[in-house]
Amino acid sequence: MAEESQNKLVYAGKLGYSFRRHLHERFIETFLFLSAILSVAIMLAIIAMLLKESIVFFRQVSIWDFLTDTQWTPLFDDAHYGILPLISGTLVSSLIALLVALPMGTIIAIYLSEFAPFTVREIAKPFLELLGGVPTVVYGYFALLFVTPLLQIIFPELPGFNLLSAGLVMGIMIIPYVSSMTEDAMRAVPMNLREGSYAMGATRFQTAIRVVMPAAFSGIAAAYILGISRAVGETMVVAIAAGMQPNLTWNPMEPAATITAYIVQVSLGDLPHGSIGYQTIFAAGLTLLLITLVFNIIGHLLRKRYREIY
Amino acid sequence: MAWQFIYATECGKILSGKEMMQINQKEIAESAQYKSEVKNLSFHYGAFNALKNIDMVLHDKKITALIGPSGCGKSTFLRCFNRMHDLYPGNRYDGEIILHPDDVNILASNVDPIEVRMRISMVFQKPNPFPKSIYENVAYGLRVRGIKQRAILDEKVEIALRNSALWDEVKDRLHELAFNLSGGQQQRLCIARALATDPEILLFDEPTSALDPIATASIEELITDLKTKVTILIVTHNMQQAARVSDYTAYMYLGELIEFNVTDTIFIKPKNKQTEDYITGRFG
Repeated sequence: MAEESQNKLVYAGKLGYSFRRHLHERFIETFLFLSAILSVAIMLAIIAMLLKESIVFFRQVSIWDFLTDTQWTPLFDDAHYGILPLISGTLVSSLIALLVALPMGTIIAIYLSEFAPFTVREIAKPFLELLGGVPTVVYGYFALLFVTPLLQIIFPELPGFNLLSAGLVMGIMIIPYVSSMTEDAMRAVPMNLREGSYAMGATRFQTAIRVVMPAAFSGIAAAYILGISRAVGETMVVAIAAGMQPNLTWNPMEPAATITAYIVQVSLGDLPHGSIGYQTIFAAGLTLLLITLVFNIIGHLLRKRYREIY
Repeated sequence: MAWQFIYATECGKILSGKEMMQINQKEIAESAQYKSEVKNLSFHYGAFNALKNIDMVLHDKKITALIGPSGCGKSTFLRCFNRMHDLYPGNRYDGEIILHPDDVNILASNVDPIEVRMRISMVFQKPNPFPKSIYENVAYGLRVRGIKQRAILDEKVEIALRNSALWDEVKDRLHELAFNLSGGQQQRLCIARALATDPEILLFDEPTSALDPIATASIEELITDLKTKVTILIVTHNMQQAARVSDYTAYMYLGELIEFNVTDTIFIKPKNKQTEDYITGRFG
Protein backbone atom coordinates (compact mmCIF):
# COMPACT_ATOMS: atom_id res chain seq x y z
CA MET A 1 0.00 0.00 0.00
CA ALA A 2 1.20 3.50 -0.80
CA GLU A 3 2.37 5.66 2.05
CA GLU A 4 0.02 8.43 3.04
CA SER A 5 1.21 11.94 3.61
CA GLN A 6 0.93 13.17 7.18
CA ASN A 7 -0.30 16.56 5.99
CA LYS A 8 -3.46 15.55 4.26
CA LEU A 9 -5.18 18.38 2.48
CA VAL A 10 -8.64 18.39 3.91
CA TYR A 11 -11.31 20.11 1.89
CA ALA A 12 -14.23 18.27 3.37
CA GLY A 13 -16.68 20.50 5.16
CA LYS A 14 -15.43 23.61 3.38
CA LEU A 15 -18.07 23.85 0.72
CA GLY A 16 -19.49 27.01 2.27
CA TYR A 17 -19.19 30.58 1.15
CA SER A 18 -15.70 32.06 1.54
CA PHE A 19 -16.23 35.70 2.39
CA ARG A 20 -12.55 36.56 2.25
CA ARG A 21 -11.97 35.08 -1.17
CA HIS A 22 -15.10 36.73 -2.45
CA LEU A 23 -14.03 40.13 -1.14
CA HIS A 24 -10.59 39.73 -2.63
CA GLU A 25 -12.04 38.94 -6.06
CA ARG A 26 -14.41 41.89 -5.84
CA PHE A 27 -11.57 44.20 -4.90
CA ILE A 28 -9.50 43.16 -7.91
CA GLU A 29 -12.49 43.39 -10.20
CA THR A 30 -13.29 46.92 -8.99
CA PHE A 31 -9.69 48.01 -9.42
CA LEU A 32 -9.58 46.74 -13.01
CA PHE A 33 -12.93 48.34 -13.75
CA LEU A 34 -11.77 51.73 -12.44
CA SER A 35 -8.62 51.57 -14.56
CA ALA A 36 -10.71 50.87 -17.63
CA ILE A 37 -13.23 53.59 -16.84
CA LEU A 38 -10.49 56.18 -16.30
CA SER A 39 -9.49 56.32 -19.98
CA VAL A 40 -13.12 56.61 -21.01
CA ALA A 41 -13.63 59.39 -18.46
CA ILE A 42 -10.63 61.33 -19.72
CA MET A 43 -11.89 61.06 -23.28
CA LEU A 44 -15.31 62.33 -22.22
CA ALA A 45 -13.71 65.18 -20.27
CA ILE A 46 -11.76 66.29 -23.35
CA ILE A 47 -14.88 66.24 -25.49
CA ALA A 48 -16.83 68.15 -22.83
CA MET A 49 -14.13 70.81 -22.58
CA LEU A 50 -13.91 71.24 -26.35
CA LEU A 51 -17.69 71.46 -26.65
CA LYS A 52 -18.04 73.96 -23.80
CA GLU A 53 -15.40 76.32 -25.20
CA SER A 54 -16.59 75.84 -28.77
CA ILE A 55 -20.11 76.87 -27.78
CA VAL A 56 -18.70 80.19 -26.56
CA PHE A 57 -17.01 80.57 -29.94
CA PHE A 58 -20.08 79.65 -31.98
CA ARG A 59 -22.16 82.24 -30.10
CA GLN A 60 -20.12 84.90 -31.87
CA VAL A 61 -19.39 83.16 -35.18
CA SER A 62 -22.10 81.30 -37.03
CA ILE A 63 -21.45 77.66 -37.93
CA TRP A 64 -22.29 78.55 -41.53
CA ASP A 65 -19.48 81.13 -41.69
CA PHE A 66 -17.15 78.72 -39.96
CA LEU A 67 -17.74 76.04 -42.56
CA THR A 68 -17.97 78.15 -45.73
CA ASP A 69 -15.74 81.22 -45.33
CA THR A 70 -12.59 80.78 -47.34
CA GLN A 71 -10.36 82.83 -45.09
CA TRP A 72 -9.00 82.10 -41.64
CA THR A 73 -7.70 85.35 -40.16
CA PRO A 74 -8.88 85.41 -36.54
CA LEU A 75 -5.89 87.43 -35.42
CA PHE A 76 -6.30 90.25 -37.94
CA ASP A 77 -8.45 93.34 -37.58
CA ASP A 78 -10.57 92.13 -40.47
CA ALA A 79 -11.24 88.77 -38.83
CA HIS A 80 -12.54 85.83 -40.84
CA TYR A 81 -13.32 82.47 -39.28
CA GLY A 82 -13.49 80.00 -42.16
CA ILE A 83 -12.00 76.62 -41.19
CA LEU A 84 -11.61 75.49 -44.83
CA PRO A 85 -8.02 76.74 -45.30
CA LEU A 86 -6.94 74.77 -42.23
CA ILE A 87 -8.81 71.67 -43.38
CA SER A 88 -7.25 71.86 -46.83
CA GLY A 89 -3.77 72.16 -45.32
CA THR A 90 -4.47 69.23 -43.02
CA LEU A 91 -5.86 67.01 -45.76
CA VAL A 92 -3.15 67.79 -48.32
CA SER A 93 -0.29 67.16 -45.89
CA SER A 94 -1.99 64.02 -44.56
CA LEU A 95 -2.64 62.69 -48.04
CA ILE A 96 1.01 63.10 -49.02
CA ALA A 97 2.09 61.46 -45.79
CA LEU A 98 -0.25 58.52 -46.35
CA LEU A 99 0.87 58.10 -49.95
CA VAL A 100 4.31 57.51 -48.50
CA ALA A 101 3.47 55.66 -45.30
CA LEU A 102 0.77 53.17 -46.33
CA PRO A 103 2.52 51.59 -49.34
CA MET A 104 5.95 51.68 -47.73
CA GLY A 105 4.66 50.38 -44.40
CA THR A 106 2.78 47.57 -46.12
CA ILE A 107 5.74 46.55 -48.28
CA ILE A 108 8.05 46.52 -45.27
CA ALA A 109 5.52 44.48 -43.29
CA ILE A 110 5.16 41.93 -46.10
CA TYR A 111 8.91 41.61 -46.32
CA LEU A 112 9.44 41.27 -42.58
CA SER A 113 6.55 38.91 -42.02
CA GLU A 114 6.79 36.64 -45.04
CA PHE A 115 10.25 36.89 -46.56
CA ALA A 116 12.87 38.09 -44.10
CA PRO A 117 15.05 35.45 -42.47
CA PHE A 118 14.92 35.40 -38.70
CA THR A 119 18.15 37.37 -38.17
CA VAL A 120 17.19 40.14 -40.60
CA ARG A 121 13.87 40.58 -38.87
CA GLU A 122 15.47 40.67 -35.45
CA ILE A 123 17.79 43.45 -36.58
CA ALA A 124 15.41 45.43 -38.80
CA LYS A 125 12.49 45.62 -36.38
CA PRO A 126 14.27 47.52 -33.59
CA PHE A 127 15.67 49.95 -36.15
CA LEU A 128 12.23 50.61 -37.53
CA GLU A 129 10.87 51.14 -34.07
CA LEU A 130 13.73 53.53 -33.40
CA LEU A 131 12.51 55.53 -36.39
CA GLY A 132 9.21 55.84 -34.55
CA GLY A 133 11.01 57.02 -31.43
CA VAL A 134 12.72 60.03 -33.01
CA PRO A 135 11.15 63.23 -31.58
CA THR A 136 8.81 64.86 -34.06
CA VAL A 137 10.58 68.19 -33.72
CA VAL A 138 13.67 66.54 -35.17
CA TYR A 139 11.60 65.38 -38.13
CA GLY A 140 10.33 68.95 -38.49
CA TYR A 141 13.81 70.38 -38.89
CA PHE A 142 14.78 67.43 -41.07
CA ALA A 143 11.98 68.45 -43.42
CA LEU A 144 12.78 72.15 -43.31
CA LEU A 145 16.56 72.03 -43.52
CA PHE A 146 17.23 68.84 -45.48
CA VAL A 147 14.25 67.64 -47.51
CA THR A 148 13.06 71.06 -48.69
CA PRO A 149 16.49 72.08 -50.11
CA LEU A 150 16.67 68.67 -51.76
CA LEU A 151 13.25 69.17 -53.33
CA GLN A 152 14.24 72.64 -54.43
CA ILE A 153 16.87 71.08 -56.66
CA ILE A 154 14.06 69.34 -58.55
CA PHE A 155 11.48 72.13 -58.23
CA PRO A 156 13.47 75.39 -58.14
CA GLU A 157 10.37 77.51 -57.53
CA LEU A 158 9.41 75.57 -54.38
CA PRO A 159 9.04 77.94 -51.41
CA GLY A 160 11.01 77.32 -48.21
CA PHE A 161 7.83 76.39 -46.38
CA ASN A 162 5.63 73.92 -48.23
CA LEU A 163 3.19 71.09 -47.66
CA LEU A 164 5.08 68.67 -49.88
CA SER A 165 8.21 68.45 -47.78
CA ALA A 166 6.25 68.35 -44.52
CA GLY A 167 3.98 65.62 -45.90
CA LEU A 168 6.83 63.46 -47.15
CA VAL A 169 8.69 63.58 -43.87
CA MET A 170 5.50 62.99 -41.93
CA GLY A 171 5.00 59.91 -44.10
CA ILE A 172 8.46 58.62 -43.24
CA MET A 173 7.66 59.22 -39.60
CA ILE A 174 4.45 57.18 -39.78
CA ILE A 175 5.97 54.21 -41.66
CA PRO A 176 7.07 52.37 -38.48
CA TYR A 177 3.60 52.57 -36.96
CA VAL A 178 1.96 51.17 -40.08
CA SER A 179 4.61 48.54 -40.76
CA SER A 180 4.81 47.35 -37.19
CA MET A 181 1.06 46.89 -36.75
CA THR A 182 0.61 45.43 -40.21
CA GLU A 183 3.40 42.96 -39.58
CA ASP A 184 1.90 41.95 -36.25
CA ALA A 185 -1.43 41.35 -37.96
CA MET A 186 0.16 39.28 -40.71
CA ARG A 187 2.27 37.25 -38.31
CA ALA A 188 -0.83 36.44 -36.30
CA VAL A 189 -2.24 34.57 -39.30
CA PRO A 190 -1.91 30.89 -38.39
CA MET A 191 0.83 28.89 -40.05
CA ASN A 192 -1.59 26.23 -41.27
CA LEU A 193 -3.22 28.77 -43.58
CA ARG A 194 0.15 29.60 -45.14
CA GLU A 195 1.04 25.93 -45.42
CA GLY A 196 -2.27 25.32 -47.16
CA SER A 197 -1.30 27.89 -49.73
CA TYR A 198 2.25 26.63 -50.19
CA ALA A 199 0.95 23.09 -50.52
CA MET A 200 -1.09 24.25 -53.52
CA GLY A 201 2.11 25.28 -55.25
CA ALA A 202 1.88 28.98 -54.43
CA THR A 203 4.99 31.14 -54.17
CA ARG A 204 5.80 33.21 -51.11
CA PHE A 205 4.52 36.35 -52.79
CA GLN A 206 1.27 34.73 -53.92
CA THR A 207 0.77 33.40 -50.41
CA ALA A 208 1.42 36.81 -48.86
CA ILE A 209 -0.91 38.70 -51.20
CA ARG A 210 -3.70 36.19 -51.75
CA VAL A 211 -3.95 34.43 -48.41
CA VAL A 212 -2.09 36.17 -45.59
CA MET A 213 -3.19 39.74 -46.32
CA PRO A 214 -6.90 38.94 -46.71
CA ALA A 215 -6.73 36.88 -43.52
CA ALA A 216 -5.07 39.77 -41.67
CA PHE A 217 -7.38 42.37 -43.16
CA SER A 218 -8.90 43.66 -39.95
CA GLY A 219 -5.49 44.16 -38.34
CA ILE A 220 -4.16 45.86 -41.46
CA ALA A 221 -7.20 48.15 -41.54
CA ALA A 222 -6.52 49.06 -37.92
CA ALA A 223 -2.91 49.88 -38.81
CA TYR A 224 -4.02 52.11 -41.68
CA ILE A 225 -6.56 53.91 -39.53
CA LEU A 226 -3.93 54.54 -36.89
CA GLY A 227 -1.63 55.89 -39.62
CA ILE A 228 -4.36 58.22 -40.87
CA SER A 229 -5.13 59.46 -37.37
CA ARG A 230 -1.48 60.15 -36.77
CA ALA A 231 -1.11 62.02 -40.04
CA VAL A 232 -4.16 64.17 -39.40
CA GLY A 233 -3.14 64.90 -35.83
CA GLU A 234 0.58 65.42 -36.42
CA THR A 235 1.67 68.87 -35.27
CA MET A 236 5.36 69.56 -35.04
CA VAL A 237 6.49 68.66 -38.57
CA VAL A 238 3.83 70.74 -40.27
CA ALA A 239 4.23 73.63 -37.84
CA ILE A 240 7.93 73.83 -38.62
CA ALA A 241 8.14 72.91 -42.28
CA ALA A 242 4.84 73.92 -43.87
CA GLY A 243 4.71 77.52 -42.71
CA MET A 244 1.92 78.83 -40.55
CA GLN A 245 -0.09 80.86 -43.00
CA PRO A 246 -3.64 79.59 -43.44
CA ASN A 247 -4.01 79.19 -47.16
CA LEU A 248 -6.92 77.59 -48.97
CA THR A 249 -5.03 75.48 -51.48
CA TRP A 250 -4.89 71.93 -52.74
CA ASN A 251 -1.43 72.47 -54.19
CA PRO A 252 1.27 70.74 -52.13
CA MET A 253 3.93 73.11 -53.49
CA GLU A 254 2.52 76.00 -51.46
CA PRO A 255 2.94 76.89 -47.83
CA ALA A 256 -0.13 76.37 -45.66
CA ALA A 257 -1.20 75.84 -42.08
CA THR A 258 -2.91 72.77 -40.69
CA ILE A 259 -5.39 72.71 -37.84
CA THR A 260 -2.75 71.47 -35.44
CA ALA A 261 -0.16 74.02 -36.58
CA TYR A 262 -2.67 76.79 -35.99
CA ILE A 263 -3.46 75.54 -32.50
CA VAL A 264 0.23 75.54 -31.65
CA GLN A 265 0.65 79.03 -33.04
CA VAL A 266 -2.16 80.47 -30.96
CA SER A 267 -1.32 78.52 -27.83
CA LEU A 268 2.22 79.88 -27.91
CA GLY A 269 1.11 83.46 -28.54
CA ASP A 270 -0.06 85.89 -25.91
CA LEU A 271 -3.73 86.11 -26.70
CA PRO A 272 -5.78 86.81 -23.59
CA HIS A 273 -7.89 83.92 -22.31
CA GLY A 274 -11.53 84.32 -23.18
CA SER A 275 -10.94 86.44 -26.26
CA ILE A 276 -12.49 85.30 -29.49
CA GLY A 277 -9.05 84.61 -30.94
CA TYR A 278 -8.27 82.32 -28.05
CA GLN A 279 -11.62 80.61 -28.37
CA THR A 280 -10.88 79.67 -32.00
CA ILE A 281 -8.44 76.95 -30.98
CA PHE A 282 -11.24 74.98 -29.34
CA ALA A 283 -13.41 75.17 -32.42
CA ALA A 284 -10.42 74.08 -34.51
CA GLY A 285 -9.65 71.29 -32.03
CA LEU A 286 -13.23 70.08 -32.15
CA THR A 287 -13.05 69.96 -35.95
CA LEU A 288 -9.87 67.90 -35.75
CA LEU A 289 -11.49 65.53 -33.28
CA LEU A 290 -14.47 65.06 -35.59
CA ILE A 291 -12.21 64.31 -38.57
CA THR A 292 -10.29 61.62 -36.69
CA LEU A 293 -13.57 60.30 -35.27
CA VAL A 294 -14.91 59.82 -38.80
CA PHE A 295 -11.84 57.82 -39.77
CA ASN A 296 -12.05 55.73 -36.63
CA ILE A 297 -15.69 54.93 -37.29
CA ILE A 298 -14.87 53.91 -40.87
CA GLY A 299 -12.10 51.72 -39.53
CA HIS A 300 -14.40 50.16 -36.96
CA LEU A 301 -17.01 49.37 -39.59
CA LEU A 302 -14.38 47.86 -41.88
CA ARG A 303 -13.09 45.73 -39.03
CA LYS A 304 -16.56 44.52 -38.21
CA ARG A 305 -17.31 43.76 -41.83
CA TYR A 306 -14.10 41.76 -42.35
CA ARG A 307 -13.36 40.49 -38.89
CA GLU A 308 -10.63 37.91 -38.51
CA ILE A 309 -11.93 34.42 -39.06
CA TYR A 310 -9.57 31.56 -39.46
CA MET B 1 14.21 -3.70 -53.72
CA ALA B 2 15.65 -2.24 -50.60
CA TRP B 3 12.45 -2.36 -48.61
CA GLN B 4 12.29 -6.03 -49.14
CA PHE B 5 15.66 -6.37 -47.50
CA ILE B 6 14.44 -4.44 -44.50
CA TYR B 7 11.32 -6.50 -44.53
CA ALA B 8 13.35 -9.68 -44.46
CA THR B 9 15.76 -8.63 -41.75
CA GLU B 10 13.35 -6.70 -39.56
CA CYS B 11 11.30 -9.80 -39.20
CA GLY B 12 14.11 -11.16 -37.14
CA LYS B 13 14.47 -14.28 -39.24
CA ILE B 14 15.65 -15.10 -42.69
CA LEU B 15 12.71 -15.80 -44.93
CA SER B 16 12.61 -19.14 -46.59
CA GLY B 17 13.38 -19.36 -50.29
CA LYS B 18 9.76 -19.97 -51.11
CA GLU B 19 8.63 -16.90 -49.20
CA MET B 20 11.29 -14.84 -50.94
CA MET B 21 10.10 -16.12 -54.27
CA GLN B 22 6.56 -15.11 -53.49
CA ILE B 23 7.65 -11.64 -52.55
CA ASN B 24 9.75 -11.41 -55.68
CA GLN B 25 6.95 -12.47 -57.98
CA LYS B 26 4.53 -10.13 -56.34
CA GLU B 27 7.05 -7.38 -56.69
CA ILE B 28 7.75 -7.99 -60.33
CA ALA B 29 4.04 -7.86 -61.00
CA GLU B 30 3.73 -4.58 -59.16
CA SER B 31 6.96 -2.81 -59.95
CA ALA B 32 5.40 -1.16 -62.98
CA GLN B 33 2.74 0.23 -60.73
CA TYR B 34 4.88 2.12 -58.29
CA LYS B 35 3.98 5.76 -58.23
CA SER B 36 6.91 6.57 -56.03
CA GLU B 37 9.87 4.86 -54.44
CA VAL B 38 11.51 6.04 -51.25
CA LYS B 39 15.15 5.08 -51.07
CA ASN B 40 17.20 5.32 -47.92
CA LEU B 41 15.46 8.50 -46.82
CA SER B 42 16.73 10.27 -43.70
CA PHE B 43 15.58 13.62 -42.45
CA HIS B 44 17.02 16.06 -39.91
CA TYR B 45 15.37 18.95 -38.09
CA GLY B 46 18.59 20.77 -37.29
CA ALA B 47 20.55 18.19 -35.33
CA PHE B 48 17.55 15.98 -34.60
CA ASN B 49 17.37 12.88 -36.76
CA ALA B 50 13.62 12.53 -37.35
CA LEU B 51 13.64 9.87 -40.09
CA LYS B 52 16.16 7.08 -40.35
CA ASN B 53 16.95 5.27 -43.59
CA ILE B 54 13.43 4.69 -44.79
CA ASP B 55 12.78 2.49 -47.81
CA MET B 56 9.25 2.23 -49.06
CA VAL B 57 7.09 2.41 -52.17
CA LEU B 58 3.80 4.01 -53.04
CA HIS B 59 1.66 1.80 -55.26
CA ASP B 60 -0.03 3.64 -58.07
CA LYS B 61 -3.73 4.40 -57.46
CA LYS B 62 -3.66 2.70 -54.08
CA ILE B 63 -4.03 4.03 -50.57
CA THR B 64 -1.03 3.68 -48.31
CA ALA B 65 -1.48 4.42 -44.61
CA LEU B 66 1.23 5.50 -42.19
CA ILE B 67 0.57 4.48 -38.61
CA GLY B 68 2.60 4.66 -35.43
CA PRO B 69 2.63 6.33 -32.02
CA SER B 70 2.89 10.13 -31.65
CA GLY B 71 6.30 11.50 -32.53
CA CYS B 72 7.27 8.49 -34.65
CA GLY B 73 7.87 10.73 -37.67
CA LYS B 74 4.92 9.76 -39.82
CA SER B 75 3.85 13.37 -40.47
CA THR B 76 7.47 14.34 -41.04
CA PHE B 77 7.72 11.56 -43.61
CA LEU B 78 4.49 12.63 -45.32
CA ARG B 79 5.69 16.22 -45.54
CA CYS B 80 8.86 15.13 -47.35
CA PHE B 81 6.70 14.21 -50.34
CA ASN B 82 5.70 17.80 -51.06
CA ARG B 83 8.91 19.34 -49.72
CA MET B 84 6.99 21.15 -46.97
CA HIS B 85 10.14 21.12 -44.83
CA ASP B 86 11.78 23.53 -47.29
CA LEU B 87 9.66 26.31 -45.80
CA TYR B 88 11.65 26.30 -42.59
CA PRO B 89 15.39 26.77 -42.23
CA GLY B 90 17.72 24.14 -40.83
CA ASN B 91 16.03 21.04 -42.26
CA ARG B 92 17.95 18.47 -44.27
CA TYR B 93 16.90 15.56 -46.48
CA ASP B 94 19.18 12.66 -47.32
CA GLY B 95 18.26 9.85 -49.68
CA GLU B 96 15.74 9.89 -52.48
CA ILE B 97 12.05 9.96 -53.22
CA ILE B 98 11.69 8.90 -56.85
CA LEU B 99 8.54 10.06 -58.58
CA HIS B 100 7.35 7.92 -61.49
CA PRO B 101 6.86 8.02 -64.43
CA ASP B 102 9.52 10.76 -64.60
CA ASP B 103 11.97 8.76 -62.47
CA VAL B 104 13.09 12.03 -60.89
CA ASN B 105 14.28 12.38 -57.30
CA ILE B 106 11.97 15.08 -55.97
CA LEU B 107 14.31 15.77 -53.05
CA ALA B 108 17.18 16.76 -55.36
CA SER B 109 18.37 20.29 -54.80
CA ASN B 110 17.81 21.22 -58.46
CA VAL B 111 14.13 20.30 -58.23
CA ASP B 112 11.93 23.31 -57.42
CA PRO B 113 9.69 22.51 -54.44
CA ILE B 114 6.94 24.55 -56.07
CA GLU B 115 7.01 22.22 -59.07
CA VAL B 116 6.75 19.26 -56.70
CA ARG B 117 3.77 20.78 -54.92
CA MET B 118 2.12 21.40 -58.27
CA ARG B 119 1.96 17.62 -58.73
CA ILE B 120 1.70 16.34 -55.16
CA SER B 121 -1.09 17.95 -53.20
CA MET B 122 -1.89 17.86 -49.52
CA VAL B 123 -4.83 17.95 -47.12
CA PHE B 124 -4.12 19.00 -43.57
CA GLN B 125 -5.11 17.87 -40.12
CA LYS B 126 -7.28 20.87 -39.36
CA PRO B 127 -9.48 22.19 -42.17
CA ASN B 128 -7.72 25.33 -43.39
CA PRO B 129 -9.91 27.08 -45.94
CA PHE B 130 -8.63 30.46 -47.08
CA PRO B 131 -10.54 33.65 -46.21
CA LYS B 132 -12.21 33.56 -49.60
CA SER B 133 -15.42 32.30 -51.16
CA ILE B 134 -16.05 28.58 -51.63
CA TYR B 135 -15.45 29.00 -55.36
CA GLU B 136 -12.19 30.91 -54.93
CA ASN B 137 -10.92 28.36 -52.42
CA VAL B 138 -11.27 25.56 -54.95
CA ALA B 139 -9.95 27.74 -57.77
CA TYR B 140 -6.91 28.80 -55.75
CA GLY B 141 -4.50 26.22 -57.11
CA LEU B 142 -5.57 27.01 -60.67
CA ARG B 143 -5.20 30.72 -60.10
CA VAL B 144 -1.67 30.40 -58.73
CA ARG B 145 -0.90 28.43 -61.89
CA GLY B 146 -2.00 31.48 -63.86
CA ILE B 147 -5.28 30.10 -65.20
CA LYS B 148 -7.71 32.97 -65.73
CA GLN B 149 -10.26 31.68 -68.26
CA ARG B 150 -13.61 31.61 -66.53
CA ALA B 151 -14.83 28.55 -68.42
CA ILE B 152 -11.87 26.41 -67.35
CA LEU B 153 -12.12 27.60 -63.75
CA ASP B 154 -15.87 26.95 -63.62
CA GLU B 155 -15.46 23.46 -65.03
CA LYS B 156 -12.54 22.48 -62.78
CA VAL B 157 -14.22 23.85 -59.67
CA GLU B 158 -17.41 21.94 -60.39
CA ILE B 159 -15.58 18.67 -61.09
CA ALA B 160 -13.46 19.03 -57.96
CA LEU B 161 -16.50 19.77 -55.81
CA ARG B 162 -18.37 16.82 -57.31
CA ASN B 163 -15.40 14.54 -56.70
CA SER B 164 -15.26 15.65 -53.09
CA ALA B 165 -19.00 15.04 -52.67
CA LEU B 166 -19.64 18.67 -51.83
CA TRP B 167 -21.23 19.99 -55.00
CA ASP B 168 -24.86 19.36 -54.09
CA GLU B 169 -24.43 21.05 -50.73
CA VAL B 170 -22.73 24.20 -52.00
CA LYS B 171 -23.72 24.70 -55.62
CA ASP B 172 -26.18 27.45 -54.72
CA ARG B 173 -23.77 29.36 -52.53
CA LEU B 174 -20.43 29.12 -54.28
CA HIS B 175 -19.71 32.76 -53.58
CA GLU B 176 -20.29 32.64 -49.86
CA LEU B 177 -17.34 32.74 -47.49
CA ALA B 178 -15.90 29.26 -46.93
CA PHE B 179 -15.92 29.72 -43.14
CA ASN B 180 -19.69 29.40 -43.16
CA LEU B 181 -19.35 25.67 -43.87
CA SER B 182 -19.30 23.05 -41.13
CA GLY B 183 -16.03 21.39 -40.11
CA GLY B 184 -16.62 18.30 -42.24
CA GLN B 185 -17.67 20.41 -45.22
CA GLN B 186 -14.59 22.58 -44.78
CA GLN B 187 -12.38 19.50 -44.88
CA ARG B 188 -14.12 18.26 -48.02
CA LEU B 189 -13.61 21.75 -49.45
CA CYS B 190 -9.90 21.40 -48.71
CA ILE B 191 -9.94 18.05 -50.50
CA ALA B 192 -11.70 19.69 -53.46
CA ARG B 193 -9.07 22.42 -53.42
CA ALA B 194 -6.35 19.78 -53.56
CA LEU B 195 -8.15 17.84 -56.32
CA ALA B 196 -8.85 20.83 -58.56
CA THR B 197 -5.31 20.82 -59.91
CA ASP B 198 -5.34 17.10 -60.83
CA PRO B 199 -2.53 16.01 -58.52
CA GLU B 200 -0.78 12.67 -59.03
CA ILE B 201 -0.35 11.98 -55.36
CA LEU B 202 -2.62 13.24 -52.60
CA LEU B 203 -1.19 13.46 -49.09
CA PHE B 204 -3.53 13.38 -46.09
CA ASP B 205 -2.15 14.38 -42.71
CA GLU B 206 -4.64 12.98 -40.18
CA PRO B 207 -7.52 14.45 -42.15
CA THR B 208 -10.25 13.43 -39.72
CA SER B 209 -8.68 14.05 -36.34
CA ALA B 210 -10.54 17.36 -35.95
CA LEU B 211 -13.89 15.99 -37.10
CA ASP B 212 -16.87 14.25 -35.54
CA PRO B 213 -17.61 10.57 -36.35
CA ILE B 214 -20.20 11.30 -39.05
CA ALA B 215 -17.94 13.75 -40.88
CA THR B 216 -15.11 11.25 -40.44
CA ALA B 217 -17.16 8.53 -42.10
CA SER B 218 -17.94 10.75 -45.08
CA ILE B 219 -14.28 11.76 -45.49
CA GLU B 220 -13.20 8.11 -45.30
CA GLU B 221 -15.73 7.14 -47.92
CA LEU B 222 -14.47 9.98 -50.09
CA ILE B 223 -10.85 8.90 -49.72
CA THR B 224 -11.75 5.35 -50.74
CA ASP B 225 -13.58 6.68 -53.80
CA LEU B 226 -10.64 8.86 -54.80
CA LYS B 227 -8.38 5.85 -55.13
CA THR B 228 -9.43 5.35 -58.74
CA LYS B 229 -8.09 8.76 -59.64
CA VAL B 230 -5.04 9.39 -57.54
CA THR B 231 -2.35 7.73 -55.44
CA ILE B 232 -2.99 8.41 -51.78
CA LEU B 233 -0.70 8.51 -48.76
CA ILE B 234 -2.50 9.03 -45.46
CA VAL B 235 -1.17 9.55 -41.96
CA THR B 236 -3.58 8.43 -39.30
CA HIS B 237 -3.69 8.02 -35.56
CA ASN B 238 -6.67 5.81 -35.88
CA MET B 239 -5.78 2.19 -36.61
CA GLN B 240 -9.35 1.27 -37.51
CA GLN B 241 -9.20 4.03 -40.08
CA ALA B 242 -6.01 2.63 -41.57
CA ALA B 243 -7.60 -0.82 -41.66
CA ARG B 244 -10.78 0.52 -43.24
CA VAL B 245 -9.40 2.69 -46.00
CA SER B 246 -5.90 1.58 -46.93
CA ASP B 247 -4.48 -1.06 -49.24
CA TYR B 248 -0.98 -0.90 -47.78
CA THR B 249 0.12 0.07 -44.30
CA ALA B 250 3.46 1.17 -42.96
CA TYR B 251 4.16 1.05 -39.25
CA MET B 252 6.70 3.58 -38.04
CA TYR B 253 8.39 3.91 -34.68
CA LEU B 254 10.99 6.49 -33.57
CA GLY B 255 11.75 7.61 -37.11
CA GLU B 256 12.18 4.12 -38.50
CA LEU B 257 9.96 2.14 -40.80
CA ILE B 258 9.37 -1.03 -38.82
CA GLU B 259 7.05 -2.87 -41.15
CA PHE B 260 5.43 -2.24 -44.49
CA ASN B 261 2.99 -4.59 -46.12
CA VAL B 262 -0.47 -5.17 -47.46
CA THR B 263 -2.89 -3.77 -44.90
CA ASP B 264 -4.58 -7.08 -44.20
CA THR B 265 -1.26 -8.73 -43.43
CA ILE B 266 -0.22 -5.92 -41.11
CA PHE B 267 -3.44 -6.11 -39.15
CA ILE B 268 -4.06 -9.84 -39.19
CA LYS B 269 -0.62 -11.36 -39.19
CA PRO B 270 2.10 -8.77 -38.59
CA LYS B 271 5.59 -10.18 -38.95
CA ASN B 272 7.17 -7.89 -36.41
CA LYS B 273 6.54 -8.18 -32.68
CA GLN B 274 6.60 -4.37 -32.25
CA THR B 275 3.96 -3.90 -34.92
CA GLU B 276 1.82 -6.57 -33.32
CA ASP B 277 2.10 -4.89 -29.93
CA TYR B 278 1.05 -1.58 -31.39
CA ILE B 279 -1.80 -3.00 -33.44
CA THR B 280 -3.19 -4.93 -30.51
CA GLY B 281 -2.94 -1.86 -28.31
CA ARG B 282 -0.26 -3.09 -25.96
CA PHE B 283 1.54 0.21 -26.35
CA GLY B 284 1.26 3.44 -28.31
